[in-house]
Amino acid sequence: MSLAAHVVVRRGSLELDVQLAVADGEVLAVLGPNGAGKSTVLRVLAGLLPPDGGRVVVDGDQVWDSPEEHRPAHERSLGMVFQDHLLFPHLSVTDNVAFGLRTRGVRRTDARATAGDWLARVGLTGLGDRRPGQLSGGQAQRAALARALVGEPRVLLLDEPLSALDARTRLTVRAELHRHLTDYTGSAVLVTHDPVDAMALATRVVVVEDGRVVQAGTPAEVARRPRTDYVARLVGLVLLAGTAAGTTVELDGGGAVAVAEDVAGPVFVAVRPESVALYLSRPAGSPRNVWPLRLVAATPHGSVVRCDLAGEVALTADITATSFAELGLAPGAGVWASVKASEVAVYPR
Amino acid sequence: MPAPLLVPALLGVAFLVLPLLGLLVRAPWSEIGPQLARPGVGEALRLSLVSATLATAVSLVLGVPLAWVLARSQLRGRSVLRALVTVPLVLPPVVGGVALFLVLGRQGIVGRWLFEATGFSLPFTTGAVVIAEAFVAMPFLVISVEGALRAADARFEDAAATLGADRWTTFRRVTLPLVAPGVAAGAVLCWARALGEFGATITFAGNFPGTTQTMPLAVYLTLQREPEAAIVLSLVLLGVSLATLLLLRDRWLGRGAVT
Repeated sequence: MSLAAHVVVRRGSLELDVQLAVADGEVLAVLGPNGAGKSTVLRVLAGLLPPDGGRVVVDGDQVWDSPEEHRPAHERSLGMVFQDHLLFPHLSVTDNVAFGLRTRGVRRTDARATAGDWLARVGLTGLGDRRPGQLSGGQAQRAALARALVGEPRVLLLDEPLSALDARTRLTVRAELHRHLTDYTGSAVLVTHDPVDAMALATRVVVVEDGRVVQAGTPAEVARRPRTDYVARLVGLVLLAGTAAGTTVELDGGGAVAVAEDVAGPVFVAVRPESVALYLSRPAGSPRNVWPLRLVAATPHGSVVRCDLAGEVALTADITATSFAELGLAPGAGVWASVKASEVAVYPR
Repeated sequence: MPAPLLVPALLGVAFLVLPLLGLLVRAPWSEIGPQLARPGVGEALRLSLVSATLATAVSLVLGVPLAWVLARSQLRGRSVLRALVTVPLVLPPVVGGVALFLVLGRQGIVGRWLFEATGFSLPFTTGAVVIAEAFVAMPFLVISVEGALRAADARFEDAAATLGADRWTTFRRVTLPLVAPGVAAGAVLCWARALGEFGATITFAGNFPGTTQTMPLAVYLTLQREPEAAIVLSLVLLGVSLATLLLLRDRWLGRGAVT
């Protein structure tokens, strides 16, 4: 384990208590809604905010934070990329990238040469003499990445590095960031509220809500088996909690769902909206999961219409625009919803 | 525009501009050359420029760190400190001069000790002029720089810290360049204020031609004997003030926070 942290911060209404462990070469995504405290975690790891408790230890023996000591940011071997890049506006791009080397005593010419190499690695050859204000958003974020990596830090911290970019730029920069993170040998922590960033860039994900870790695992695990409504919504699933007996799950909110596996005890049931079928009358063939529901809202979502349904079971169904038109549904209308037992994921709570 | 606002506004403009116009109208334009060439005039002008510049230098060396403490530190009693620092802004300068005299004069709390140790007495020297001017003018610089520091994005300092810069390096290489326009604007204001200083200077430093008689003192004393000469000297100060104003309006200062 190269970065092990237990971060405790109490600040106003925020009660943060989060444990993280990141191995060498690993990229940990901290995923969570705004205000969950994920940026605060990053500021503590960076040494910009002394925590109220816990420890931050690097390589097992370098103590960065503990109840006894607080090592300030400038004495930590780290690089940080900020959402809005924070390149120094009064320095050229090359001098920005060279900054971290100069503060650590590298001679000016050597620092500028290394900075030039890094600018080439992030695809900014020839732009070193510009001011940050003369760069596009994507170029600025690439320069910021080079500035963070140039000192070969033990820990790389990325605070929403892609969220200030427009959609098209985000796609390219995300791909490049993935490449650089793959090459990076230290421990990286990525804070984001965008599940796509987390899935694309991270080797492991922790989900933080209200200052607590509510779920941890590989991106695939988190995407397949969400444990909170927030995560389920992010990955596009409907999450239902209940108690299983045999192949039936009695939902906490009333109603029951039939599942294909034999399970017992408290479980989560995850339903993909595209596996939910809608009918105007009770479907024939008596499938086991059929509920008479009411349409609450319908919103176009790409090529499908997302239908929010209420009733015995709160569900979301994604159906094609054609089907939606054929059903002729208006909000408040009654509708039968069905889902195959084999399409329902069930896992212990 | 409503008359209750327009009429007083026009009167206000006239009130501020007419005296300056009067100065220009009454100016003995043909005599300006000879008047300026008189002994004492050049001396007073040179003394004014030198002492105002030295006072600005003193203010920069002490005032910029002070502004940083006010804007960035977590010090307790910061608001009290800020109030104390701004007292010279509202204090009648002549009172400032008296206060300086009581502290730094030969019988003063610090001055007596200084005199006994070195045989040097500060009042009535050019050094006293510089100190009196700095005392009155430094708050202008502090307020201006503190405003610029508050307006500057402190997260740049966080970024510098994550790049291995301690607070002193961060201040030199990031904070100071970011607030440079504010520092320059503050320095110009401070210099202009020091150049016009009268009350504290005459009280603490006296009025000795060549050592402590600055332009404002020269104007005042000349007015009693030779009004024409006083007008010429006033014109010179007016010219310097207008030049300062132009400098302040220059674009690279305009970016800074002139608060």
